[in-house]
Amino acid sequence: MGHGLDLFSALAPEGAWSVTELTRRARAVVEGGLAPLWVRGEVSGFKAWQSGHWYFALRDRTAQVRCVMFQKDNRRLPAPPGDGMQVFAFARPTVWEEKGEFRLTVVDLLSTEAGGLWQRAFERAKAALAKDGLLDPARKRRLPPYPRRIAVVTSPDGAAVRDIMVVASRRWPLAELLVIPTRVQGEGAEAEICAALALVTRLSGVDVTIIGRGGGSREDLWTFNHERVARAVAALPVPVISAVGHETDVTLCDLVADVRAATPSAAAEAATPDRAEVLGMLEHLGARLARGLVSRSGRVAERLDRTFDRLGAVLARRLERHRDALAGLAGRLDALSPLRILERGYALATDERGRVLKRVAQLTPGLAFELRVTDGRVAARVVDT
Amino acid sequence: MAPGGAASKGARSAPSFAEQVERLEEIVRRLEGEDLDLDAALALFEEGIERLRQARERLAAAEAQVKQVIADQAGNLQVEDLNR
Repeated sequence: MGHGLDLFSALAPEGAWSVTELTRRARAVVEGGLAPLWVRGEVSGFKAWQSGHWYFALRDRTAQVRCVMFQKDNRRLPAPPGDGMQVFAFARPTVWEEKGEFRLTVVDLLSTEAGGLWQRAFERAKAALAKDGLLDPARKRRLPPYPRRIAVVTSPDGAAVRDIMVVASRRWPLAELLVIPTRVQGEGAEAEICAALALVTRLSGVDVTIIGRGGGSREDLWTFNHERVARAVAALPVPVISAVGHETDVTLCDLVADVRAATPSAAAEAATPDRAEVLGMLEHLGARLARGLVSRSGRVAERLDRTFDRLGAVLARRLERHRDALAGLAGRLDALSPLRILERGYALATDERGRVLKRVAQLTPGLAFELRVTDGRVAARVVDT
Repeated sequence: MAPGGAASKGARSAPSFAEQVERLEEIVRRLEGEDLDLDAALALFEEGIERLRQARERLAAAEAQVKQVIADQAGNLQVEDLNR
């Protein structure tokens, strides 16, 4: 037994340590003897304090250890663990002197389950959004057929913004593209995206919004799984197309958006009509317009024809009546004709000047005159009176 | 201060492309369906042709515009051209 070590200096009451000395010593021993390490166990008694620090125990069948995870470390995690969850914790064993308690300072935490804390965070946020009705399919709005202004919320440097510009200007150059630049990954990106979305609501005349980024790792895309971002997307007053470039993982942003596109190019395609197709549609409308007028005037012409026919019939009937009347008159005229009287055997005597000789005094002896009978004229002379 | 305040005012005075196409479709439907007299049909036809011409011209003349919108520190929106 050496005497140089403090540890053995308290074997007699007169050398007794203070509690502070003991716990400080115990802490030094524990921290010196146990380097930071991974521990596996079940979470129990989890509590998140107002300060943002997490307190819980890790346990297995026969033992447990108190744990703390400070806010500066736990804020990197997507969600707190739940009680009963099996986890791996990377921790520094220590002694908490104030309570004389052996415990772990956890600096990283992984769930042993598939998807782990990320999945858990996703499900929690999704449930919260669903509870507020933000995932209701009935909320989905129709995209405008001919957008005038398209807001694009994305990184100004990525391939996404170029793809959107190229596709949208080729398909529908009538639209004005307004790019609202924002970071899309890294710490604080979700706050920047929310600010960019808030900016969109201040722009006038925006018909549709595209939010997105090109492909990336699951962690890179995580920004679009923040409940805050999803709520900001849901709050936009215009239809939103979400294009968070990942085929397999659907993000919360995708779920609340009105349309989900697999890529930024697909989003631009969904946002715009195709100019060539619209031109074709206009040609078709033009043809229908012309046919419409032709058939319309055709119908008017038919009606005119029918009217003419009726008019003709009326005129014909009227003419018929007139013809009958004329025939009657003609008959009466005929009856009065002097020729009719001659027919009956009378003769008409006229002098050379055409005067009718009706009296004896007019017929002096030797006078040459003319006799008109029914079939011609005869020259005559008065022999005697 | 909002960008496009002026632009959207301009857009409001002229009918939008969507409004133009809607009106055109309505004209065609009426011309095909309703019992119109010839004068009314001719007037509709002329309006339809005019709108068709305008829509085609718009499509032909359009040139894509890309702008970038950022808020300065005072919260004012700045719009700059981003045509590349």
